[in-house]
Amino acid sequence: MSAIFTARNLVIGALLVFLALLPVYAVATGQFFPLTLLTRIVILALAATSLNLILGYGGMVSFGHAAYMGLGGYVVGIMAKEDITSGFAQWPLALAVCALFALVVGALCLRTRGVYFIMITLAFAQMIYYVAVGLDRYGGDDGLTIYRRSQFTNLIDLSGKVQFYYLCLALLLAAIWLVSRLINSRFGMVIQGSRSNERRMRAIGFPILRYRLASFVIAGMMCGLAGALLANHTDFISPAVMHWTRSGDLIVMIVLGGMGSLFGPLIGAITLLMLEEGLSRVTEYWQIIVGPLLLFIVVYAHGGIDGILASLRRG
Amino acid sequence: MRDEVILLIEQCLNGLQFGLLLFLLAAGLTLVFGIMDVVNLAHGSFYMLGAYFAATFAALTESFALGAVLALAATLAVGMAVELIAIRKLYGRDHLDHVLATFGLILFFNELVRLVWGPAGMNLPLPPFLSASVEILPDVHYPAYRLAIIVAALAVALTLYMVVMHTRVGMLIRAGASNREMVSALGINIQLLYTLVFGVGAALAGLAGLIQAPILTAQIGMGENILIVALVVIIIGGIGSIRGAFVAAIFVGLVDTVGRAFLPELFRLVMTPAAASALAPALSSMLIYLLMAVVLVWQPQGLFPVDGK
Amino acid sequence: MRKTLITASALMVSLSVSALAQHKSIKIGFVSTFSGPTAVIGNDMRNSFDLALDHLDRKIGGLPVEVIYEDDQQKPEVGKQKTEKLIESDHVDFIVGYIWSNVLLASFKPAIDSKTIIVSANAGPSQIAGELCSPYFFSTSWQNDQTPAAVGLYMNQKGVKNAYLIGPNYAAGKDMLTGVKATFKGKIIGEEYTRWPDQLDFSAELSKVRAAKPDAVFVFYPGAAGVQFLNQYVQAGLKSQIPLYTAFTIDETTLPRQGENAIGIPGAQQWVNDLPNDANKKFVADYKAKYKTAPSFYGAQTYDAANLVNSAVVAVKGDVAKKTDMIKAMEKADFASVRGSFRYGNNHFPIQSFYLQDVVKESDRALVLKTVATIVKDDQDGFHDKCAMK
Repeated sequence: MSAIFTARNLVIGALLVFLALLPVYAVATGQFFPLTLLTRIVILALAATSLNLILGYGGMVSFGHAAYMGLGGYVVGIMAKEDITSGFAQWPLALAVCALFALVVGALCLRTRGVYFIMITLAFAQMIYYVAVGLDRYGGDDGLTIYRRSQFTNLIDLSGKVQFYYLCLALLLAAIWLVSRLINSRFGMVIQGSRSNERRMRAIGFPILRYRLASFVIAGMMCGLAGALLANHTDFISPAVMHWTRSGDLIVMIVLGGMGSLFGPLIGAITLLMLEEGLSRVTEYWQIIVGPLLLFIVVYAHGGIDGILASLRRG
Repeated sequence: MRDEVILLIEQCLNGLQFGLLLFLLAAGLTLVFGIMDVVNLAHGSFYMLGAYFAATFAALTESFALGAVLALAATLAVGMAVELIAIRKLYGRDHLDHVLATFGLILFFNELVRLVWGPAGMNLPLPPFLSASVEILPDVHYPAYRLAIIVAALAVALTLYMVVMHTRVGMLIRAGASNREMVSALGINIQLLYTLVFGVGAALAGLAGLIQAPILTAQIGMGENILIVALVVIIIGGIGSIRGAFVAAIFVGLVDTVGRAFLPELFRLVMTPAAASALAPALSSMLIYLLMAVVLVWQPQGLFPVDGK
Repeated sequence: MRKTLITASALMVSLSVSALAQHKSIKIGFVSTFSGPTAVIGNDMRNSFDLALDHLDRKIGGLPVEVIYEDDQQKPEVGKQKTEKLIESDHVDFIVGYIWSNVLLASFKPAIDSKTIIVSANAGPSQIAGELCSPYFFSTSWQNDQTPAAVGLYMNQKGVKNAYLIGPNYAAGKDMLTGVKATFKGKIIGEEYTRWPDQLDFSAELSKVRAAKPDAVFVFYPGAAGVQFLNQYVQAGLKSQIPLYTAFTIDETTLPRQGENAIGIPGAQQWVNDLPNDANKKFVADYKAKYKTAPSFYGAQTYDAANLVNSAVVAVKGDVAKKTDMIKAMEKADFASVRGSFRYGNNHFPIQSFYLQDVVKESDRALVLKTVATIVKDDQDGFHDKCAMK
């Protein structure tokens, strides 16, 4: 029984309770800004969770993952501009576009290794970034304002702050659950196995490429969903969302929270964005702290926050 | 001479100039990567520091040349310091760790520059004799400064080539790129070599930055965009190969500039000028990445791979 | 970058005990660019706003005022985020600022949706003058197409037969080039849009200009880009060969770095520092005394924005919940503007005159901008009939 009450589980439990009850606080006090902030954090945590599947567990360092947020967001934005505001049309199309892109990019990139993989994933993301910049009709570099959020008839109203927040939270938790199921299945074993010793996996007879490609596509679709949510949240989409530095941010979240852990991306997202929000009120030069902090974690605290928590023992 | 030909010559010179600048950046990057196997994203920060140092020293000494020399020395010093303090801890680690750690360095340097120099950016004015135009061929005018850039960068490229190919230090560098352990086993002070190489790489990046400063001003974050292009160049050229970096840089510079200049004409046949002007630079930027993808599929180690990796 | 400027008027505050809205303070959110090469513009605007508050005894409508400055980093999505934060977290009564049209367009919806009065002290995109117009929006500057249209008229007067147009590829750049085309009667032999804001190397475009040999070139390049373009134009040897006509490319913030390169290059403006009305004389003199440099048109427009907001709060006697009444008061433009008196069109953009400005060398070897002539009087933008408001 005591194995359940580890420091790590307690922290995660408290976090989940906090996230679940936040809207209650917001409605009671009329202070909606924290809710807006946490909605954004939850959406980015979803994106980070999707990246964790391939990076944390699969060892595939994709530096172009933010492209899927952009793709998902732009599908929603473009369709909204063309007066197709039904979420039932937009969101499946967003997922399909991301799946297709991931399939093509994955098929080409997954043949490479190490830094070449990093660079080629970055290259494809930059290509999509430049396509978006070149889309003059949809704002190009100026971005596209979305005047009507995705409509889901009477099921849910995305303009309602509380409803939208719970939807994002539910989708995040569903994603984490999906990742845990995948990881603990044979599929997940192969992915993790091929990260530590690819030759052995191949020797056993697994078609590594197919498994990796599948995980790549799943991660892409999940991130595309985050993109669609983000576009709705900000009523705006611009190419900046998929700049390579945004992919970097996602990787930072995962490393900070703990790579290859289920809740690491969520912890990392909360930590990074709260740090950004909090530190920026204290000093405008907050990034001067985050930079070396990152360096420190990479060199000394390899498991991230989750790793630190896991190594604590309940007394 | 016909107008179109004049335009083409000018654009090719512009492309050559951009390519040479890319080479200065890529040279340092590929050396560090090839010899020390370290991916240094903060290379762009040295580019930025070179520009800021030059602007500051030039204003202090009221001499462009002196400012440039001092800036190079300062960037070399900073580079070596960074190697001693931070990069040293990353040897032998995963590439992802390098990427993350140096990404952290980017954030740090951007804020440091903001703290020291303020948010507004700095100007580096040119000495008058470089501010005019030169008639290099009948009817072909070209800004004197850009010609100077081409000449200077070519001189540096040549010097680099001579050093790497024809000196003992250069031999150590090439040996270290092929087989690090062996060089160390032979009793060479590999740590000193690393610090030196890293510092020189930083200085080259700083040179590129200060050369660009009179045209583009020194601003925070100026390194990020060009860093990516430099990375693409060294991948295309082959990691660790200076020759590869040179060829790839010129190629990329020409493709980007000429593409930016002539694609809008092509697109204007089918769309509005604003749309054409948005799409053309986007496409020519994409071309660079497309080029890299094609090269990687055809030659996974780049065009001039260094043997023994 | 966040600077909070808190001004407390002790007497007023100590009097307020009741929960009447009259006795709270006025909160104003200010969104502009305070980092990067164009921070000089944001600082000019901030200085001017601060000077206006000085002239108003640090009060808006008699109430203490708190101004929260936020940096948009010249990026639409950042400007939007900051605008939302000012509305949702700081609960500001007014939002002022916005240099860039694309930033304004991205930030527009949150402001209008929350019924917060938003005053643009610079950006004037055609969409907001037209179909997107809203009663909650006011401009103390101009509509983007107006100023280049005035330049187009001037180019006609000078007998220019064909022209080459160059501008940055974002909302304002497109508006500017469209504006010239609206009035210029000659032939457009080239139209180039450059990548914004990071393309500062114009060698490719200048090569094309040289090849095309137009009678004149028109450019719009605000801020640092204007400095770079002009200097490269001179470096390329083009200044002596092909006349250059500009909008918003040469102003008090860029002139120090453009130096002698800018002499003899005309531009159009709705405000120049030597306009002969009293409010302007006081503004320019006090600005120079306090900040040791001359104010730019960005600052002049921001100074007016402060006074416009003040006129609104005065009209409702501090009860800022009465938004409709404030809007009615603002529509009257009942304040002493540094450009001279003007009135508002149905879309809340000013109907005003445009002047020709030129750069001359004064006797003491300083370079100044001077009004040379009036190009057009009481000009209204061309998008007001697309606006549904009356």
